This record gives sequence, C-alpha cells and structure tokens, in this order.
Amino acid sequence: MKTIKDINTGTTPQPLTDEKLEIAGGLWQDTFKRLKKNKIAVFGAIIIGILFFCAIFAPFLAPHDPENGLLKDRQQPPSEKYLLGTDSQGRDVLSRIIHGAGISVQIGVISVGIALLIGTTLGVLSGYYGRWIDVGIMRLVDIMLAFPTILLALAIVTVLGPSLKNAMIAVGIVNIPRFARIVRASVLSVKETEYVEASKAIGCTDMQIIFRHVLPNCLAPIIVQATLTIGTAILEAAGLSFLGLGAQPPMPEWGAMLADSRGYLRQAPWSVMYPGLAIMLTVLGFNLLGDGLRDALDPRLKE
Amino acid sequence: MSESILEVKNLIKYFPITKGILSKPVGAVKAIDDISFTINKGETLGLVGESGCGKSTTGRCILRLLEPTSGQILFNGQDIAKLDSSEMRLLRKDIQIIFQDPYASLNPRLTIGDMIAEPMRNFGIGTRKTQEKRVQELLEIVGLSSYHTSRYPHEFSGGQRQRIGIARALSVNPKLIVCDEPVSALDVSIQAQVINLLKDLQKEFSLTLLFIAHDLSVVKHISNRVAVMYLGRIVELADYKNLYKEPMHPYSQALFSAIPIPNPGLKKNRILLEGDVPSPINPPSGCNFHTRCPQALDICRHEKPVLKEHKTKHLVSCHNLDSEQRRCKGTDKTSLPINY
Ligand SMILES: Nc1ncnc2c1ncn2[C@@H]1O[C@H](COP(=O)(O)OP(=O)(O)OP(=O)(O)O)[C@@H](O)[C@H]1O
Ligand code: SF4
Ligand SMILES: [Mg+2]
Repeated sequence: MKTIKDINTGTTPQPLTDEKLEIAGGLWQDTFKRLKKNKIAVFGAIIIGILFFCAIFAPFLAPHDPENGLLKDRQQPPSEKYLLGTDSQGRDVLSRIIHGAGISVQIGVISVGIALLIGTTLGVLSGYYGRWIDVGIMRLVDIMLAFPTILLALAIVTVLGPSLKNAMIAVGIVNIPRFARIVRASVLSVKETEYVEASKAIGCTDMQIIFRHVLPNCLAPIIVQATLTIGTAILEAAGLSFLGLGAQPPMPEWGAMLADSRGYLRQAPWSVMYPGLAIMLTVLGFNLLGDGLRDALDPRLKE
Repeated sequence: MSESILEVKNLIKYFPITKGILSKPVGAVKAIDDISFTINKGETLGLVGESGCGKSTTGRCILRLLEPTSGQILFNGQDIAKLDSSEMRLLRKDIQIIFQDPYASLNPRLTIGDMIAEPMRNFGIGTRKTQEKRVQELLEIVGLSSYHTSRYPHEFSGGQRQRIGIARALSVNPKLIVCDEPVSALDVSIQAQVINLLKDLQKEFSLTLLFIAHDLSVVKHISNRVAVMYLGRIVELADYKNLYKEPMHPYSQALFSAIPIPNPGLKKNRILLEGDVPSPINPPSGCNFHTRCPQALDICRHEKPVLKEHKTKHLVSCHNLDSEQRRCKGTDKTSLPINY
C-alpha cells in the first residue's frame, strides 16, 4: 500500500507537475458534435430551418397574395402558375402555406413560452421547497393531466372566446404540466449535488441558489421538452383553428386552411392535402430534433 | 493559544427513516450519537474513522448544512444551532468547507473567476475591482495561474479543482475551515501536493481546520490533535503524537496497527477487526464497538462507556480502561462469551 509519507514540508506551493489536464469539450459542444452525427435529427433540423426561413421571408417567397385570390381561378389544380393549386376562393395554396409558417412559428414560440415560464416556475417551487408546496402544486398538475389536452384547451378557448391569441393561451396552459414535472424532477436531482450544498455554504440566498446554481444545470431537459412541445403546440393550435376556435378567416393558418377546404376534398384535394402535409412535417421536424437532442444530451447513450 | 473557537457539545444527528405516503417515521439512522469536542484557535483537529461513521455529517452539522437533531455548537461562544437562517447566512463568512469530491463540488456552469468571487459578492466584500484582484491573488496562492479565471471546471484535473475549492473557501478569510476528506478522491501523488498546500496555507494565514479523513496517514501530516470516530461516536481524542505512540482504545489500536511502518526492522502486531461495521440504524447496545472488540467485557454490552481523560489530554471511551480491576478481568478472555 502506498501512503503519502514522502510529503516534504517546503513553504511554497508545489507547482503543478504530474497532473494531467483532461480537456473535454463543454456540455453544449459535445452535444452539438453528437447531434451532428445523428442523421435523423439533422433531417428534423433542416425541416425546422426551412420553416423558419419561410416564416421570416414569406413576403418575398410567396408568389401570390395569401388572402385575396382571383375567383375565376378557384379550385385550380397544381400548375405552373399555382404550384400547389388554389382553394375554393381562388387563393394560391403555396402562398398561404408559406405565410402560415410564420403564424405556426408564432403559435409554437408563444404558447410554449407561456407553458415554459409558468411550468418552470411551478416546477422550481415544487422541487426546491418541497413539503406542502410540492404536494399542492403536484396535485394541481395531476388534475390538469387527467383531462385530454385538446378537451382542456377547447374548454379554455370556449371560456376566453375564439381567437388566435386565446388559442395560444389555451395551448400554453395545457402544456404547463409537462414543464412543471420535468423541471421538478431535475431540480430534485440538482438540489442534492455538492455544488448546491457548496453554494449554501458560501452564503447564497435561495434566489441566488436557484438562478445561479440550480436552473442553469436543469437547462438540458427543459430545452428538449420545449423543442418537442413546440411541435405538439402547433398541432393543438391547428386543431383549435380547424374547429373555428383559433385563427379566424382569412388568416392563412394551416388548421384554418384545412377547415376552409374540407368541404371540397373531392373537387380540390390539393387544398386539403398540402396544409395537412405542412402540419405533419413541422411536427415531425420538432419531434425528430427533440429526440435527437435528448439522445445527444444523455451521456449514457454515448458509444 | 488554547483559546477555543468551536465547541461542540452533545451533538446528535439522526436521519429519520419514513415510510408510506404519510411519512410515518419507522426508525432513524443514528449518524452522530452524542459527540463533544473543541477546536482551538490556530490548530488542526483531525477527525478519522471508517466510511459511514458520521464524519461528513459532523462537518455538515457544524456548517448547518444539515440541521442537528440536538446539541450545541458554540462558535466563539455563540450557539449556532439556534441561529435562524438569515443569521446563519451571515455567519457562513466565518466558517467555510472544502468538499470531498472536487468533481461534484464545483458548478459546471460557472467560470473559475466567478466561482471564487462568489462568496465575496454574497457577503459584499470589496468592489468588483478588488474582488477581481483578490481572485487572481488567491489563484496564485493555491498554485494556479491568474489566466485561469475565465476557464470552466471541466478544463481542470481533480487536484486543480480541489485547489479551486480551497481558493473559494479562503476568499472570505474564514476563521474555521472544515476540510471534508479533501484528498481522498485524488491520486496519491497529488494528495501530497494538496495536503502540503493546506499545511502551508495554515501556517501562513494561521487557519483553524477541522480535517476529516478516513486514513490516519493523511491526518498525520497536518493535525495537532486527532479524534477517532466509530459508528457516530468519538472513541478517542488526543494529541497526534500521543495517539500514535500509545493508542488506548481498542479500535484506535486496530487502526494504527493497519498503518504500514516505514522502518522494516520494527515489528508490529497487526490487529485485524472481524466482521462488518454494524448498521447505524440499529447500533449495538452499550459500547457500540463490542461486536468487534477483541477486549470486550460483559459490561460493554449494556453500558455506554464515557469519553474520559485517562492521561493528560488523552480522552478515551472504554470500560476496559475505567478501572484496573476490570482490566484484569478483561484480559482473561476465555471467560468471555462474546464473539469476536
Ligand atoms: N441525508 C441522509 N439521509 C439518511 N442517512 C444519511 C444521510 N446522510 C448520511 N446518512 C447516513 O449517516 C451515516 C454517516 O454518514 P456520513 O456521510 O457522515 O459518513 P462519513 O463518515 O462521512 O463516510 P465517508 O467516509 O464515506 O464519507 C451513514 O450511515 C449514512 O448512510
Ligand atoms: S468499552 Fe468494551 S467493547 Fe468498547 S472498546 Fe472498550 S473494551 Fe471494547
Ligand atoms: Mg464523508
């Protein structure tokens, strides 16, 4: 057995001689590297990239006016002039889809923003303070989870009144439990770490501990959840719009487009199919990227 | 010299074991079971014992990172077990801790500079400028370089991280530092460097340390006095020299016999303890060492021995030493029905 009997007693600090410096990338660098290797996640990221590109440059990309069409050109099949055809009011489906991208991005970001903000707050309170605060908040969350999300969203919009803004609020509210749960779980585990104990020992207040030491270390699962939830939020909002409770005509929201054209499925299938495809691809993109992020952030899956 | 800075009196810490949704208490882990000791200004008290005997729990109770179940912790005469959380926060400036695991005790999201400056910011010491200067000073003091301030913990090795932890603890000029096995997670060669550093710092800034270790040889180089712990109790407390020369408690004797001696000419009988450390949930009655003690007496099974001064400044808690009479009886081991 080796012991440290050969300690000398010089008064100058020992230089760092035989210590190896292990350089590893930070969490985000490593994650990005692993994510790049995941082809499926990259595919998701490309879809989302296209979505954002359309959202930002819609006015330049769309060949026609999304809200006013020529009645003489109604229900045109896809052609050179109208790449994806026109709907029952003669509006270009492609232009409407491109403009709809911006609305979908807005829905995703705002409703997930609402869910994230409130859900994270509840999760932190619950996980950090525990006891009756935890019991109270978690029971509330359980009650919310007992309802199917779309039903709950429907109920909220019915109370608030149908509009895109209210649809976003409703979708935001129904997604609060997901964030509350995930944040609570990671706060619980981060709270037990030695660096959080150390932060208490160096005189941090609860607020400083939460914002400097706990939350930054819970970021990974929150980001994964946010990515996945944007997809479902867009889908839920489209559902509400389809039922006439979200975006109102003539707004080119994809769910509303489906609702507008569903009566003409036989005469103009393209006016139903393409908005549906846009919704599907967007949700798929966010799901693939979210799954990829989760795998990339979890070092246990590292080969 | 022997002015005490910390006095721990009858400290007890039980972790309740609860069951079911109603958190009904069904028992307790007796992590610390009535310990008392003092630390004098400028000295280093070593605290040794096997894994799980309650060393870290003792350290954490002193910092109130854990709430003691009962007992007094007098810091400069003030009972810190009674302070409310905001008073305690202010007092943390005077008591700091260096943790066991340098990989777990640094927040991976903060730069080294921020980390070392954080205690000063929390207690409002100095301006941003002077804090920055102090951070660089501290980095040099612990043997790192001032250009390390903008780096993150993952860029450092274990020994370097422990130095960062030391710099952080020193930043507010604490009066007492609890070192919770600061080197046990490090390579042997680096252990020596870090212990030397602590020793030098102690001399230079006349620090008072509570130095926790599970290994007597680590404690040897730094401690003035040593307390030996077994299963939540202190069994022996003495100057290191006296303890080394003449360990009096059977448990300490076993610990010391396990240290390899540098001089091969000298022969020592190695005392091997049999059996495992009993669970702190249901510790043995009487002297909790009796299940493994080679010298156990009848009385040991139902009466707790008291920590008493048996030689000058040499405290031991053992029935065997309590009276000469019993000692004679105790050597007649064949009459003992105790399995050891
Ligand atoms: N939070 C806790 N809840 C329940 N039991 C605990 C808790 N912390 C520690 N214990 C128990 O208290 C006992 C003492 O633990 P402690 O960490 O103080 O040991 P230690 O002497 O520091 O050991 P090591 O050398 O392994 O660090 C152990 O039996 C441990 O299982
Ligand atoms: S009191 Fe008895 S059992 Fe305990 S150490 Fe002394 S002799 Fe052994
Ligand atoms: Mg420990």
